[in-house]
Amino acid sequence: MKTKTPALPYVLWMIIFTVIPLALVAFYAITDPQGHFTIDYISQVGEYTPVLVRSIWLAAVSSVISLLIAYPLAFWISRRAWNHQRTMVMLVMLPMWMNFLLRTYAWMTILEKNGLINRFLGLFGIGPLELIYTPGAVVLGMIYNYLPAMILPLYSIMTKIPNSIIEAAQDLGCNTWDVLWKVLVPLTVPGISTGVIMVFVPSVSTFIISRMLGGGGNLLIGDLIELQFLGNAYNPNLGAAISLVLMVLILLCMSVTNQFGDEEKGEMLK
Amino acid sequence: MKDNNIVSLRNISVDFDGDPILVGLNLDIRDKEFVTLLGPSGCGKTTTLRTIGGFILPKSGDVFFDGARINNLPSYKRNVNTVFQRYALFPHLNVFENIEFGLKVKKLPEHERKNRVGEMLDLVGLRGYDRRNIDQLSGGQQQRVAIARALVNHPRVLLLDEPLGALDLKLRKEMQIELKRIQQALEITFIYVTHDQEEALTMSDTVVVMKDGDILQVGTPQDIYNEPKCAFVADFIGESNILDGVMHEDCLVEFAGKKIPCVDKGFGHLERVDVVIRPEDIKMVDASQAPITGVVESVLFKGVHYEMVVDAHGYKWIIHSTKCQEPGTFIGMAVDPFDIHIMHKEVEG
Repeated sequence: MKTKTPALPYVLWMIIFTVIPLALVAFYAITDPQGHFTIDYISQVGEYTPVLVRSIWLAAVSSVISLLIAYPLAFWISRRAWNHQRTMVMLVMLPMWMNFLLRTYAWMTILEKNGLINRFLGLFGIGPLELIYTPGAVVLGMIYNYLPAMILPLYSIMTKIPNSIIEAAQDLGCNTWDVLWKVLVPLTVPGISTGVIMVFVPSVSTFIISRMLGGGGNLLIGDLIELQFLGNAYNPNLGAAISLVLMVLILLCMSVTNQFGDEEKGEMLK
Repeated sequence: MKDNNIVSLRNISVDFDGDPILVGLNLDIRDKEFVTLLGPSGCGKTTTLRTIGGFILPKSGDVFFDGARINNLPSYKRNVNTVFQRYALFPHLNVFENIEFGLKVKKLPEHERKNRVGEMLDLVGLRGYDRRNIDQLSGGQQQRVAIARALVNHPRVLLLDEPLGALDLKLRKEMQIELKRIQQALEITFIYVTHDQEEALTMSDTVVVMKDGDILQVGTPQDIYNEPKCAFVADFIGESNILDGVMHEDCLVEFAGKKIPCVDKGFGHLERVDVVIRPEDIKMVDASQAPITGVVESVLFKGVHYEMVVDAHGYKWIIHSTKCQEPGTFIGMAVDPFDIHIMHKEVEG
């Protein structure tokens, strides 16, 4: 039997920082401030359905657009010479070295009514356009912040596909479109599902991006939770209930994504 | 384009990042032949193959296929298929689906696909393996799948890029015979790239020896071995003793300090030449009546024969013989006139 001692610190870490907090959230969600069992808060979450739907919708749109941007880029990078690949991967990661808040602030100054874009357009007598405080601005913020999380898993799986596999497909009669759908996409399904999760999950629970770029009209589920814990509406039990529902929804989404990946593979292997 | 040539390359030049790989290459490949492109690594043999396959567009020159110019035809429209160096099988498909791939792309009906894949599985001896995953196969089996996947499309020409390079020696010999059998059974053209001279001699109808992007000699394996055109070919195809010599007149050459009769003609008077002698063509004779003498330096047992190195006035001769002489023995060496091959000096650069 292998010794488990080396794993002990990690197990402790996970108990203290993952298991106990999760249990606390679950506990708060099903009790009232006096500590009595109740499902009132869980049932109240239903009132916020439009916020939930908007969160999931915007996160889904961001994931799809990120995928469409990242897929060709990742493929292009993976076909370069090795030293060029390293440079380009570093360029992709470069924005991540900057603080998340700063990056999002930067977008505010670009999109504002007196921001960079509107002042530029003003030179030609156009505008000012409504750029900031729109759902589009929120989606833009999500894509900008989480795009590297889509590119990296795609790149790392694509770089393992040798050129000869693609040439073999062409040799066997595939045009560019066939190569993409019959070879490239099936081989990169794990990268696609990882990338989608890495963009979707932080997007669906964000509250900074929606607050800074979405204004008051684009309340997301993350904002709602923050409001319950830190805002004036202080109501940790409701906050915990919303968090619990959100977590369950995210887990459902992830299992659907994984299922999709497995199904795709299963069909290929039939 | 007559003379039943299936593939013709005319004046092909290919550059990589400004480095010329092929310069004005001309080559005709006859239909239904097993043709081997043979040469050391970097000689342009794989580039030639990829030009035929459509993976490289030549900078200049023309590629003809069955009489038609196909320079700009993309690889997926060419009636050739390729067996890649590391097989390049699709890891997400099983054996059956890998072989079926090309037929599915061409949207053939299902029963025909099934029949043709079945035929191929029989041909390469993998009947019963059709549901296996690729990673469950040995190297030799993967090789067979790669061959079947290419041949199922009924190409006129099959391109093989060092397909046996990753296999062990015994398996390689088996596959050589197997490939030759398949080529003869299907009556299609095989263009085979290798750096292994033995492989080339075993399988080919025609061998094309290449060096530095140039074709040095084209001929049957017997021609290439027995009548190499230059010292490089002689040395590359089997082992050779290559000596500096001077041609005195037709059928008389001076080398190793002696004037020795030979059978080659048509060289200039007192022209400097390369004299090439195969190690197995040298007979060990009594030193007193031999034209060339030397001292045995070392002996290696090679299984079928002994390999001896003999020092004669500073030149180390290699001799293959079934008889063994102890190191230090003073021996004589004799060569029949028709085993002495005279070649023009290669112009360097």
